Amino acid sequence: MIRIFIALLFFTFLFGQADEVSVQDIIQVMDDNLNAKSRVMTSKMIVHGRRTSRTIESRNWVVGIDQAFTEYLSPPREAGTKMLKLYDKLWTYSPQTDRVIQISGHMLRQSVMGSDMSYNDMMEDRPLEELYEATLEGSVLIDGRDHWIMHLEAKVKGLSYPKRRAWIDKEYLLPMKEELYGKSGKLLKTSTMDGIKKVQGRWFPSRFIFKDELKRNSKGTEWHIDDIEFDVDIPESRFSKAKLRK
Amino acid sequence: MIKFLTKGLLRDRSRSLFPVLVITLTVAMVVFAIGFMRGTMNSLFLDTAVVFSGHEKIVTRAYNEENQLLPNDLALLDVDQLVDELGRDYPNYFWTPRITFAGLLDVPDENGETKSQGPVITLGIDLFSENSRQAEIWELDRVLVEGQIPQNRDDALISTKLADQLDLAVGETVTFIGSTMDNAFTTYNFNVSGTFNLRKGQTDKQMMLVDLSGARLALDMDNAASAIFGFTHSLYYDDEAAVALRTHYNNTISDSLDIFSPFMLALRDGNQMGTMVDVSGAMIAIMGGIFLVVVMVVLWNMGLMNGLRRYGEVGLRLAMGESKGQVYRSMISEAVIIGLTGTVVGTGIGLALTYYVQENGIDYTKGMEALSNSSMVMPNIFFAQVTPDLYYIGFIPGVLATVLGTMLAGLAIYKRETAQLFKELET
Repeated sequence: MIRIFIALLFFTFLFGQADEVSVQDIIQVMDDNLNAKSRVMTSKMIVHGRRTSRTIESRNWVVGIDQAFTEYLSPPREAGTKMLKLYDKLWTYSPQTDRVIQISGHMLRQSVMGSDMSYNDMMEDRPLEELYEATLEGSVLIDGRDHWIMHLEAKVKGLSYPKRRAWIDKEYLLPMKEELYGKSGKLLKTSTMDGIKKVQGRWFPSRFIFKDELKRNSKGTEWHIDDIEFDVDIPESRFSKAKLRK
Repeated sequence: MIKFLTKGLLRDRSRSLFPVLVITLTVAMVVFAIGFMRGTMNSLFLDTAVVFSGHEKIVTRAYNEENQLLPNDLALLDVDQLVDELGRDYPNYFWTPRITFAGLLDVPDENGETKSQGPVITLGIDLFSENSRQAEIWELDRVLVEGQIPQNRDDALISTKLADQLDLAVGETVTFIGSTMDNAFTTYNFNVSGTFNLRKGQTDKQMMLVDLSGARLALDMDNAASAIFGFTHSLYYDDEAAVALRTHYNNTISDSLDIFSPFMLALRDGNQMGTMVDVSGAMIAIMGGIFLVVVMVVLWNMGLMNGLRRYGEVGLRLAMGESKGQVYRSMISEAVIIGLTGTVVGTGIGLALTYYVQENGIDYTKGMEALSNSSMVMPNIFFAQVTPDLYYIGFIPGVLATVLGTMLAGLAIYKRETAQLFKELET
């Protein structure tokens, strides 16, 4: 009897260790799936307003986590608008005013093109592993697929969402659903993803849905990835302020 | 009889001139004082109405729920048609669209890079439409400090406080950064045509005024508006009428099941304005009432004194055979004639004075500058207001008090004994 008890204790300890390791592994694979050395993509953002829905098409060039360039292609009012992110700075150019304007301070909290995403959301591209301490809360079946429930607590200061809860598909190792919380514990945003496809050896979603939970009657924003290429060589000149006006 | 009494009054100036002068002066004071108090309160309401609420304001039901957030995605649509309908159905008001929006104002340097940046509250008002009274009610000629009133769609007036904060000069171009009606990011260039100072404390601290057409283009709000403001043609706020109109509109036009249905708010429905309207109404009633009572006591006393002064005359008339009733009635008739004459003249003078101050105002700008750092919204020029009740309010002290005083004094007539009259007259 005592032997069985000791054996049980031993296995519990072992599995506990294994769980801790696997959390790090899960986050790392998740980060690897979602981030890349570089990527070029064309996407459509469908913003469901309270009266109408708008579709905004854009092309993005991203290198690592510090350089990103976006050009809006349609509708006509937005076409030609460009955004450049360099490290912790963000500039926007609009052809109507022919001005390059740096977005800073509280403007970063504003919505991007009327969507449920803020500029801050765009800016926070760093791997989850660097920003959060993760713990597994358990497993759950969603639509017949096995998911881990992961709780993430910020380990660096100044994040928009100090707490997150993610439902991670055990096969794809992608956060299929996320709840993003403020410092007070209030639910601020939710995001889901679907249409998972294998792209250049990694699982990647073809659609994200973001919802700002503070916006009353918000129907959310769909982000469709029409075309994506990873690890593309992007010239350094793409990420210059001069490129905004061209 | 009236002709006879009038002749008597005209020939004996001691009985007519002084009492008529006193009544005239007193009634003129009552009329002007009440008109001035009403006008001052109305000036306060008008300031709030012009900047924030109109005498009536129409927004969508959903906008009203979130009005603190200036949610232009919930703005009114088909505004031109709505304004036409309102003008036709409620001709006592003039109706004007308004777009209120917030964002950042970015000032470029010579290279087009950001020189300074700050938050801005912008009001898109209809300056260019035919028959628009916006420039008049905003008193743009008076509040303009430098430059000129907007002439083009992209012209903007910036408050002096904001211009100082952003180190901005007239003639420069500024870029508005904000959100369109669809919540999309927008930037729009405005030319600073002038600076203004409302001299109303912190109200215009971050304010920019642009024409409605420029605001519509900047925010992609074609034929849309945050609100439609309604003002009475006289610019006088009649709370009772405003509340009745609001209730009627919301009961008959507004659809409570449709969040985008237009919904009317009276000035009193704004932030704490209901209390303000009620308190000011009560204050006018109390102050006016006290003033009226004091004046009535003065005129009553004058009537009383006039009656007593004629003690000998009354005795003589009784001794000559006039009945007590005849004497009493003739004295009252004289009091009515004097009261009416004084009241009509006094009301005329009071109304003329009130009308003059209504049109020209009394400028307290310098005195108010001392209060300019407070958050209180105070008018700088106090205007009087001619209201219908001023045409008859003077009759209460002017006729009623005078006649009552005379009636009281005249009661002594009935206490006198005919047998004693000659004895009294001998002394």
